[in-house]
Amino acid sequence: MLHPITPEHYLVLSAALLLIGTVGILMRRNAVVILMSLELILNAVNLNLVAFGKQHGNASGQIFAIFIITVAVAEAAVGLGILIALFRNKETVLVDEIDLLKW
Amino acid sequence: MVETALFYAFAVLTIAGAILTVTLRNAIHCAISLIGSLAGVAGLYLLQQAEFLFAVQIVLYIGGIMVLFLFVIMLVNLDAAAKERQYHRHWLAAAVCVAGTGALFTAFLLRGQTLVKPAAVEQAEPVAGNVETIAVALFQQFLVPFEVASLLLLVAIVGGVVMAKKRI
Repeated sequence: MLHPITPEHYLVLSAALLLIGTVGILMRRNAVVILMSLELILNAVNLNLVAFGKQHGNASGQIFAIFIITVAVAEAAVGLGILIALFRNKETVLVDEIDLLKW
Repeated sequence: MVETALFYAFAVLTIAGAILTVTLRNAIHCAISLIGSLAGVAGLYLLQQAEFLFAVQIVLYIGGIMVLFLFVIMLVNLDAAAKERQYHRHWLAAAVCVAGTGALFTAFLLRGQTLVKPAAVEQAEPVAGNVETIAVALFQQFLVPFEVASLLLLVAIVGGVVMAKKRI
């Protein structure tokens, strides 16, 4: 009854994870949760890369995933720093109340 | 098959954690669900014999990034934000975007094999273990990107310090 796991299983899972992350980014108002959804999306991409790398039998997919994790760390550090600076100046983290550039 | 059962267990953990991250009201609860989701992804790495990435995921994501998130949640007062509306007024446009992307993914997953000719898969099974394979590839073939990544981290450190200053 239980069938073996193919790369397609991982592709479907990662597509679902990416869509959930997109929902979080586009619909939530809380900027902290938006950054968390970004991490979800990056994880979905990593999952894809590792699945394809395993299918091809070389390490390039995993190397690419390592670089993506590096970029995710940099993005989280700078993004959360921006968030703290924003909260200090505007007293809010709700993204639709931060509308200085809106005409 | 143990592998199949484990895959579904980790997949359920990942997806359930992701859904709770996106829907919960309190940001701390969101962060804890995200930790569950990231742990599920780590388990999926282990199932694909990517032991190094498994360790990196646990140490860096769950141990590093999530602690950073929790610190920021403590620094930024989110009590007022938790009481307000959680979703945008323009949620319909967002839903259309997500539905379109989902339809694209579904079409590609169902018909991708016929639309795009996949590259020939050469199954060169690595002889050494996972960590050795990654180390050889990272320090020989990908040495320049590796150094560029350290430059990126330096920029991120400087950016983080500048952003956390009192007056910008």
